[in-house]
Amino acid sequence: MKSLLKINNLSTHFHTEAGPIKAVNDVSFRIGEGETVCIVGESGCGKSITAMSVMGLVEGPNGRVVNGQILFDGKDLLQIGKEELRRIRGNDISIIFQEPMSSLNPVITIGKQIMEPLMLHQRLNKKQAYARTIELIELVGIPRAEQIASSYPHELSGGMLQRIMIAIAISCGPKLLIADEPTTALDVTIQAQVLETLRQIKEQSKMSMMLITHDLGVVAEMADYVIVMYAGKIVEQGGVVELFEHPKHPYTRGLLKSKPVIGQRLEQLYSIPGQVPNPLELVESCYFHDRCESCLPVCHTRQPQLKKSGDGQQVACWLYEEEAQYE
Amino acid sequence: MSEALLEVRHLKKYFPITAGLLNRTVGHVKAVDNISLTIRPGETFGLVGESGSGKSTVGRTILRLHDKTDGEVRFKGISVHDLSKTEMNKLRPQMQLIFQDPYSSLNPRIRIGDAIGEALLDHGLAAKEDIPGYVMEVMESCGLSAYHYNRFPHEFSGGQRQRIGIARALALRPEFIIADEPVSALDVSIQAQIINLFQKLQHTKGLTYLFISHDLSVVEHLCNRIGVMYLGSMMETAPRDELFLRPLHPYTKALLSAIPVPIPKLKRERIVLKGDIPSPANPPSGCKFHTRCPYAVAQCKEETPEFRQAGNDHYVACHLV
Amino acid sequence: MSIPTTTTHTARARSPVEASSSLWRQSIRQLSKNKLAVSGFIFIIFMFLICFIGPLFSPYADNKINPAMMHKPPSMKHWLGTDLLGRDVLTRLLQAGRISLTVGLASMALSMTIGTILGIISGYYRGIVDQIIMRTADLLFTIPGLPILFIMGALMSEWKVPTDYRLYLVMLMLSIIGWPGVARLVRSQMLSLREREYMQAAVVLGLRDRRKLFHHLLPNVFPLLIVIATLSIGGAILSESVLSFFGLGVMPPTPTWGNMIDAANNVIDFEKRPWLWIPPGLAIFLTVIAINLFGDGLRDVLDPKQKK
Repeated sequence: MKSLLKINNLSTHFHTEAGPIKAVNDVSFRIGEGETVCIVGESGCGKSITAMSVMGLVEGPNGRVVNGQILFDGKDLLQIGKEELRRIRGNDISIIFQEPMSSLNPVITIGKQIMEPLMLHQRLNKKQAYARTIELIELVGIPRAEQIASSYPHELSGGMLQRIMIAIAISCGPKLLIADEPTTALDVTIQAQVLETLRQIKEQSKMSMMLITHDLGVVAEMADYVIVMYAGKIVEQGGVVELFEHPKHPYTRGLLKSKPVIGQRLEQLYSIPGQVPNPLELVESCYFHDRCESCLPVCHTRQPQLKKSGDGQQVACWLYEEEAQYE
Repeated sequence: MSEALLEVRHLKKYFPITAGLLNRTVGHVKAVDNISLTIRPGETFGLVGESGSGKSTVGRTILRLHDKTDGEVRFKGISVHDLSKTEMNKLRPQMQLIFQDPYSSLNPRIRIGDAIGEALLDHGLAAKEDIPGYVMEVMESCGLSAYHYNRFPHEFSGGQRQRIGIARALALRPEFIIADEPVSALDVSIQAQIINLFQKLQHTKGLTYLFISHDLSVVEHLCNRIGVMYLGSMMETAPRDELFLRPLHPYTKALLSAIPVPIPKLKRERIVLKGDIPSPANPPSGCKFHTRCPYAVAQCKEETPEFRQAGNDHYVACHLV
Repeated sequence: MSIPTTTTHTARARSPVEASSSLWRQSIRQLSKNKLAVSGFIFIIFMFLICFIGPLFSPYADNKINPAMMHKPPSMKHWLGTDLLGRDVLTRLLQAGRISLTVGLASMALSMTIGTILGIISGYYRGIVDQIIMRTADLLFTIPGLPILFIMGALMSEWKVPTDYRLYLVMLMLSIIGWPGVARLVRSQMLSLREREYMQAAVVLGLRDRRKLFHHLLPNVFPLLIVIATLSIGGAILSESVLSFFGLGVMPPTPTWGNMIDAANNVIDFEKRPWLWIPPGLAIFLTVIAINLFGDGLRDVLDPKQKK
């Protein structure tokens, strides 16, 4: 599969009063054409910041991409000019966020908000843009498209708004759609609708998708390839079936075991002890070592590297490195 | 069958919708519309539903955080809403609430030891000098360290704050605890810790829970009996195995099939419901679910289905069953 | 631990005393990083010290009238010159500062007390009491502040109130104008606090009203009070100056910054004797700016939601 997005050694740091925070720490992965890659992890693991870095949305005095390459279609997004980045952002990469309400302007009708990027990036005239808008609204599975186009954001429910956001995101036919927790704020039955919509659109347009979520159920349903992040680093990545069936990293294993599954009765849930480390207090070690059941002496002092293990799976854990056993 | 600890009969809670200069009431949000349920000592009753289903309002009306509109709540035979303010306060230690948001449910300016212990003092349940020792005991049973006693809430993570909330409720030695989405604000690995804590406490202290959640997988893991709510009405109640193996109401079936399962490439027959959840201010006529129900017939639009028995301890409100 | 164990030590080890930073301490730490607020604070302290201590060292503190020394420009003997009665301007400026700052502080204290008590009653008990208090506040709000002050000042002049009393009456007038704003803010804070989940938790725990009010609500209203208090001192100083400038506030010979400027209220003084009006003008300007800078800094750390 040809890579559409290739991220090499990306690091994004934030400067706080208490010290620097390595929100994204030396992260590398790729997304192939037409592939759906899910990034999962708990809050603070850096999954959203990774997406923001790709979109060039980490700016300002506090946060900065300090290192790495973001190759999109062979072009490094960190090297190109602002104008070009803006064009790519509108046409080739788009993003949807968790809260659709805050991404939409409350005083402009839904229709106008969908038409705007069409007229700007695709240079459609008003009539064409309107026709395309109606098409898009129908495409994301909302009936009565004309009526919806003339209504304001507050008149629609969260699920509808999220689908409008999807309509806006796909309006310019992007090659990559980044979805940051797109269904977290929605009810399950509505989540099912939105995921269904996303799947259908992906099927039709063959675009790639980077889906960020904390919900392993959503991952299993949507992903081709899964990346597990913990404390700013990738701890494991692999194809969805291999990763769910043979998780290698103790964190991935713990995560999978700690979620109750319908129809799978357990006397007691497995739970990972302790909590996510304070990002300010991280030292050279495996960041998961103090919560890990299979912690080795080396885990306290040296960071494991992400290495191939098995077919296509990569894991950053000393348990899979032969030299570690002898230390 | 053992005696009920909590009995809710035909409970209704309507919130007025006011408009205009004089705050005229122009309508009602029927947040809870004729709900009945029974909770037996020692069991965990799960109340599931999506947003706007009124599940939280049920919990809060039971505890009299809201006044009821109609119906009856009996705790150990005492009609809760008929008590005077003083009598109610005396009853409060026995029924406690655990909140969803571990951030906003703790006063940021009160040290957690005081937050856990202060109610004991007000109810005269312990002498002042015995409180710190007892509070530390409770904290430890909830997985907190005694040296956290003098810290402030902002020094804790979400999961630890939820433990503080649990400890605060537990300190009063309640028999009955309503947990309102206690794990939905937490990360998966922390969720499992808190769920296990709930189970442990139930075993060691013989607690009865009303567990309110939108997450059916958590409810399945934790609850003995489950009630499914939709737009203020109870659609189905059944013991856990009954509900998950033999769901009768179309809404329950849809809800079950909508949950993403962490098993990739699992081909399931999925019922994707059409449309949105209607507004509880203007619910559909007849069966409230008929606008989204894939099996709806003409009768559903006109007649409200009766909540009737459909098996051993299994109740359902649907014309088609 | 290797420290010898005394009885108190073991007791402390058992009892969980651990240093922990309260929100207050955090706020102070944050505030100390705001350079503008800190310089404002330093200036306010400096102003207080110099106004209250300075005149003690002045040889002209008795304010004797000295016709021989009329309208002298600044010199080594009189650093800021003399006024029309031959009094030392610097000494009078500092004495005026005492009065102005006292008026500011006292009327703030009074309006804060009235406003807080009424605001708390309104917000906590609501109902009919709330209606009465808030409608009275609205009534005071509908009439612009300065005209009321003018009318009251004119009435005082009409009734020939002795100058000593005028000072107190001015403070009272300023608090009458000031309390409705305080009461409103406190009430709205109370109303929003009531809806917080931790207050619902307090209900479920069955806490007494007294504990809810004094342990849960008041400590959360307090930061807001400090902010309003600070900012309202500046307002009170300004209002007093305006009033005195128009000859309706504190009357000479008692000096205030306002009536000192008023004393230079003619073209000749304005053009030829700037030492009469620039110092009091500058004093008002700098003090009020300093108070507002400090108050803004306080608000940023204590009441962060107003910042947005």
